Amino acid sequence: MTGFDEREPEAAELVRPYVITKGRGLPDEEQLSLITLVTAASDDQQRPTRLSPEEQSLLELCTAGYLSVAEIAGHTRLPMGVVKILLSALTEGGYLITRPPVQRARLADRQILEEVLNGLRTKFG
Amino acid sequence: MDSAPSLDERAYVRGGATQTAVKILVVGHFAVGKTTFIGAISEIPPLSTEETMTRAGESFDDLKGVRSKTTTTVAMDFGRLTISDRVVLYLFGTPGQQRFVQMWEDMARGALGALVLVDPERLADSFAVIDLIEQYGLDYAIAVNRFDGTPDREHRALREALDLLDDTPVVTCDARDEKSSADALITLVRYLLDRAH
Repeated sequence: MTGFDEREPEAAELVRPYVITKGRGLPDEEQLSLITLVTAASDDQQRPTRLSPEEQSLLELCTAGYLSVAEIAGHTRLPMGVVKILLSALTEGGYLITRPPVQRARLADRQILEEVLNGLRTKFG
Repeated sequence: MDSAPSLDERAYVRGGATQTAVKILVVGHFAVGKTTFIGAISEIPPLSTEETMTRAGESFDDLKGVRSKTTTTVAMDFGRLTISDRVVLYLFGTPGQQRFVQMWEDMARGALGALVLVDPERLADSFAVIDLIEQYGLDYAIAVNRFDGTPDREHRALREALDLLDDTPVVTCDARDEKSSADALITLVRYLLDRAH
């Protein structure tokens, strides 16, 4: 992998988190969990210049496909809380699409578990 | 962050538009082999992220204010495995310290279950982890990570020491080995499936 892995994580070290988030608070946990899948709403739209460098960077990262919130934090090396706040703002602005995981209460648990079991057996059996 | 990020296309979730994301926790005390285990199974190089401790107390508003003094962070490692066209599985590894409350809530919420990695020579270090897992109501299996030269302690003695329920699975695995780690995971999922009956 290239890109983030080769860069110095300067933003995370030189700018305090509340500056990057413009003082915004953490979003609703149900909306952005660690495994909520995120992608850019459209890959050919014009990037508004009013987005912060961090927001633009996150948006570009999400343009090529889906990533989980946790993966986005891992690739950008920004603290999880900061990433959630920025992603939430970008989602509210219509730039991102999020796919929250199915809630356990409504999850067809058996079906999912059977699928996971079969998948693991096929891959490693 | 002025350079454009570019990731290999394999870094992205292939079926992200339709797949359901699920997660299983891989927990254990410091240096028990969590990251090694996740790395053995994950289809992406394991990633790491930090959760600030800001929300661990009743200090939710701190993140909004310039007076925030929260600097403590804790690392969490994770990996990913595409199960099928419909399911993508994330494995989250984290140490078992009680004080990382917020991170534990984030990780435990909606998790299918947990695999507890145990070092047979440091059983007492696993007590706190198992307490946490039970506190969050997660079903779990024990995977004894056998390091070179470590005698394979009898599972019965280990069950007694860890005060496990009779049906809690205990398996031995080598976290460095893909097949061995996958077998431990399969044991856990089979147990979770039994529990879902």
